Amino acid sequence: MSELLNEDVKKQINEVLTAMENPVKMVLFTKSMPCPTCKETKELLTEVSKLNDKLIVEVKDLENDKEDAEKYGVTYAPSFVVLDAEENYKGVKFIGIPAGHEINSFLSALIDMSGKDFGFDAAIKERVAKVDKPVNIKVFITLSCPHCPGAVQNAHRLAMLNENIEGEMIEAQTFNELSQKFNVSGVPKIVINDEHELVGNQPIEEYLDYLDKL
Amino acid sequence: MFDFNVEKPSESTRFDTVEKWDFLVIGGGPAGLNAALYAKRKGLEAAIVADEVGGQLHNTTDVDNYLGFSLIEGPKLSDAFFEHVTKLEIPILNNVKVKTIVHRNPDFIITTSDGRSIATRTALIATGGTPKKLGIPGEDTFANKGVTYCATCDAPFFKDKHVVVAGGGNSAAEGVLDLVPWAKKITVVHRSQWRADQVLLDKLDKVDKLTVHLESQLLSVEGEERMTGVTYRDKVNDTIESLEADGLLVEIGNVPKSDFVKDLVDTNDRGEIIVSNNQMTSVPGLYAAGDVTTQPDKQIIISAGEGAKAALSANQYLNHEYKGE
Repeated sequence: MSELLNEDVKKQINEVLTAMENPVKMVLFTKSMPCPTCKETKELLTEVSKLNDKLIVEVKDLENDKEDAEKYGVTYAPSFVVLDAEENYKGVKFIGIPAGHEINSFLSALIDMSGKDFGFDAAIKERVAKVDKPVNIKVFITLSCPHCPGAVQNAHRLAMLNENIEGEMIEAQTFNELSQKFNVSGVPKIVINDEHELVGNQPIEEYLDYLDKL
Repeated sequence: MFDFNVEKPSESTRFDTVEKWDFLVIGGGPAGLNAALYAKRKGLEAAIVADEVGGQLHNTTDVDNYLGFSLIEGPKLSDAFFEHVTKLEIPILNNVKVKTIVHRNPDFIITTSDGRSIATRTALIATGGTPKKLGIPGEDTFANKGVTYCATCDAPFFKDKHVVVAGGGNSAAEGVLDLVPWAKKITVVHRSQWRADQVLLDKLDKVDKLTVHLESQLLSVEGEERMTGVTYRDKVNDTIESLEADGLLVEIGNVPKSDFVKDLVDTNDRGEIIVSNNQMTSVPGLYAAGDVTTQPDKQIIISAGEGAKAALSANQYLNHEYKGE
């Protein structure tokens, strides 16, 4: 297939990624056909990884590499997880392709995972650290939604700060069944532990107000 | 196919190194970004706190009335604004809401949703607006179950569906155009006559799948699990009608985001902040610009212009009237 990113976009991504501090690894799970957007997601990750030498991509098969998929709780393809320099999984997952506007939450996840301080206030960090029960945050998005990357970024940052928290971006069109299961017809839609719903992009405090009650 | 739209990350690290700002901008739309630009150029220590850089530009697909750009997508225009501002190294806290402004005469203390407390000599409220609701039964029940306020975000969910659009201004007309590639059928229901610009109405004339009911007041959104239709009153024939529909796009204007300062500054009955002709609110040193003010024409270029005026006025105020340190 032809390249997804044009020279102009590559230049912009390259510039954004200069903020990266340590290496980051992406582990992508695809499967044999039919797999809508698998090919494109692989292409995107490969092209982005060529723009910064701190980025590594590993491609796995959802069926053949079951152990790895289980390790990261991956059940859909395409999905990828973003690992830190020591290859630890910190709950940062993308289900579907982060293209369109969503490229921004993808780049932000790479930079944040590389160790760059994302500037949360100490009091907020303390509150996040106190979460001691498993929390799964699903953020449903569309690629044409400019409000969505902020919501995904928040979910991923919470995940990075506490190992009990997992943040998943879900591209709603490709994963239509999942969207229907959670009655998604507006984005961003945030679903915490498959039951509590927040509609629209929310400040980190809104997440924490709910997490405090768990 | 995927139309990558890369935004520059914002720089929040310098926030903690400045003890008191000269000019703190609240809001990341055209008014806020332009104000920060002008303030910085005057040599003021300026910073921005925004719950979303780009503001309402993010909800706009095509902009064709901003001087210098015959046609540009809203998010691309906001990226261009942002890029310009970041070149001047203005610190920005993005994805952060301002909770309160406290006037500690002559300064202001601003508290944020990420737990900060920021001191500043002057401040600008440029928070814009949020989509206005119809306030009819079923609207909240079916929010995101058919009812939407962001056409560009949610249009893909209406593939081959019938969508009703509420409103008759430019936003409603643009909403229709955003839905055209996806929806099977689009019906505008508007309580009075079109207010949209003629150039947009000319475009709508070419949309075959569009039906328009003017002088028609929406009464309710119906459904069970999801919305299944709407009812409306045909004001000309004085009849109640119902329409089967999968979606309702509400584009009837905005409500100013001024709740957090309603006890601090004077507002009108719509909650819009009253400003003087140099953008100052009823509190000296506190300014407002853009859609959050009483200024009736909610336009990108007017908001940007007001932002500039506010910054220049704040600079004057700091030089001649400010009594603090």
